[in-house]
Amino acid sequence: MNDVHNEKGTNKSLSLFFKSSFIVSGVIILISSILLYFTFTFDIVPPILNRGIQPATFPKALLILIIALTLLTYFISLKNPWKNEKKLPNSFYTTLLSFVVFITVSKFLDFFLGIALLSIIVSYFWGERRVAYLIMVSIIFPLIVFVFFETILGLRFPPGIITNLYYG
Amino acid sequence: MENLGLIFAPLFSYKLLIVLFFGTIFGLILGVLPGLGPTTGGALILPFTMTLDPLSAIVLLTAIYCAGTYGGAITAILINTPGTPAAAATCLDGYPLAQKGEAGRALGMATVSSVIGGIASVVVLIFFAPLLANLAYEFGQPEYFALAIFGLTMLASIGEGSPIKNLIAGAFGILISTVGKDFMTSIDRFTFGINELTEGIGFIPVVVGLFAISEMLTQSTLINQIFNRVALKAVKLPSIDDYKKTWKTIIRSSGIGSFIGVLPAEGGTVASLIGYAEAKRWSKKPEDFGKGSIEGIAGAEAANNAATGGAMVPTLALGIPGSATTAVILTGLIIHGVRPGPDLFREQPEFLYGIFGSMLIANILFFVLGFFGAKIFARITLVPNKLLWPMIFAVSVCGTYSLNQSIIDVWLMLLFGVIGFFMRRYGFSVVPVIIGLILGELVEGTLRQSLVIFDGNWLMFLQRPIALTFFVLSLIALSFPLIKRKKKNDKV
Repeated sequence: MNDVHNEKGTNKSLSLFFKSSFIVSGVIILISSILLYFTFTFDIVPPILNRGIQPATFPKALLILIIALTLLTYFISLKNPWKNEKKLPNSFYTTLLSFVVFITVSKFLDFFLGIALLSIIVSYFWGERRVAYLIMVSIIFPLIVFVFFETILGLRFPPGIITNLYYG
Repeated sequence: MENLGLIFAPLFSYKLLIVLFFGTIFGLILGVLPGLGPTTGGALILPFTMTLDPLSAIVLLTAIYCAGTYGGAITAILINTPGTPAAAATCLDGYPLAQKGEAGRALGMATVSSVIGGIASVVVLIFFAPLLANLAYEFGQPEYFALAIFGLTMLASIGEGSPIKNLIAGAFGILISTVGKDFMTSIDRFTFGINELTEGIGFIPVVVGLFAISEMLTQSTLINQIFNRVALKAVKLPSIDDYKKTWKTIIRSSGIGSFIGVLPAEGGTVASLIGYAEAKRWSKKPEDFGKGSIEGIAGAEAANNAATGGAMVPTLALGIPGSATTAVILTGLIIHGVRPGPDLFREQPEFLYGIFGSMLIANILFFVLGFFGAKIFARITLVPNKLLWPMIFAVSVCGTYSLNQSIIDVWLMLLFGVIGFFMRRYGFSVVPVIIGLILGELVEGTLRQSLVIFDGNWLMFLQRPIALTFFVLSLIALSFPLIKRKKKNDKV
């Protein structure tokens, strides 16, 4: 796993704020703290109706446990630093961006179009340049999947500019 | 034991045989493709199983599980990349042997030892699952709570990676299970005003996100990776000399794999590493390990396949998954209205023994298909990622959407994909999240119901002998990595 200790390439020399263990622990603690705050907004069952513990108690306990364990992981990492991860390549960010494109297009235009666009972006930026393959991956295969789910599983996809043409 | 005859029932059902055949082929394909595997594949195929009756659906999933676990060895031996994490140890000797021009011999040994390990573990399943189910009749809410805690601590201590990180991931999985209406009071928790979240977060968006989408993101960072593929002429059955060298290793690893499989952990992955290490420890020629030792291949492959049947024991007898793939199978059981546990053994023995029989047949089927078709399955690795992953994305999106016809599920799948990618990048295993999610309702439900029974007195847990035993075992499980680390430090 990535938790390799005392190896070459560990980030001992990096300043505290750029250490991945600091950033990751910080993010986990921040999100857990926000969620912990939300548990205080949960409705409370009146004592006369309450059986056992309040609905917020269990998630609160879990979040406190996560925060405590994260702090422990962080303090251990001071002694045994995490392996320094390689910088993420552009293809990762392009793929992540294609998810955003998919969400936007499938919400505002069409679900099928969203899949087609994501497929063509990913395939192209991962190195595919042959038009026939791009068409196969972005149009023909999603169409097969679409028709298969629609006919075999009786699935009705959300309305959109292309889906509406299919449903008439 | 009077139900043993039911094991052969699938042989007389052409429908089950067809399902088994396609499940085995599909499992082999998933196993061969690096980054996929039986867990992701099982999750992707779950929506399709809704068109099948419950037995056929579970038979399909178990066939994928058995064949997928073996399929990983083909890629491990031919391209030095484990098709599944459970085949990682197979690379160590499989690939060097293949490089010596003996890919067929390596694959032959992997196939034979996988089948023996797989069949041995089904025998363990057949005999131990009913015994464990009988024991579970004694369990009340506090015992189930303690058992679930034990399962999670075991997962943390013997799973891959840092135990503390595994515990964080497990707690995160349980936290996900608390989203939605509280089952006792109907009070909304973490719904943030989104109506679709009141029913909670489904298993499929989480598992497809954490496995398939996060793997897609991982693959996006490896697009320039070049695989050196070793040519394969044909799979060869092991020679008498090979059998003489490996029979003890195969038996030992089958036992190790079955035992590790029963424990709630990352089943095959851990089993294969231990099986490999033990094979090396007992070998007359430990210096050959890592250079193409046939014993190394046998030790790893018998163990990882033996974990399949073992992991099904707690899944069927207690409803506690023994691995990530059995968590998918457990979900399959639940969405088909089958509740695993002791009652299932009493009320539907034909269903259970149908599963046992199907697992046996799946092992024989992947032996035949692996032996004669390994060359064809190996060609699947030639499908480039730039074409494969967009197609997997399309299936993932449609499959996730199909269960509840909810677009929120698709967004959640993508969110968990991103979370899963960063978890893996920073050394957090995603498997505890899945197990935590599956066990979450059980943990919280049994805790709260126990406290109602105990009138809020937590100390009453300690007055229940079975629960107390599980708590003590949990403490031992948690302290095990610390002892291991201390021993290692002392050695240094």
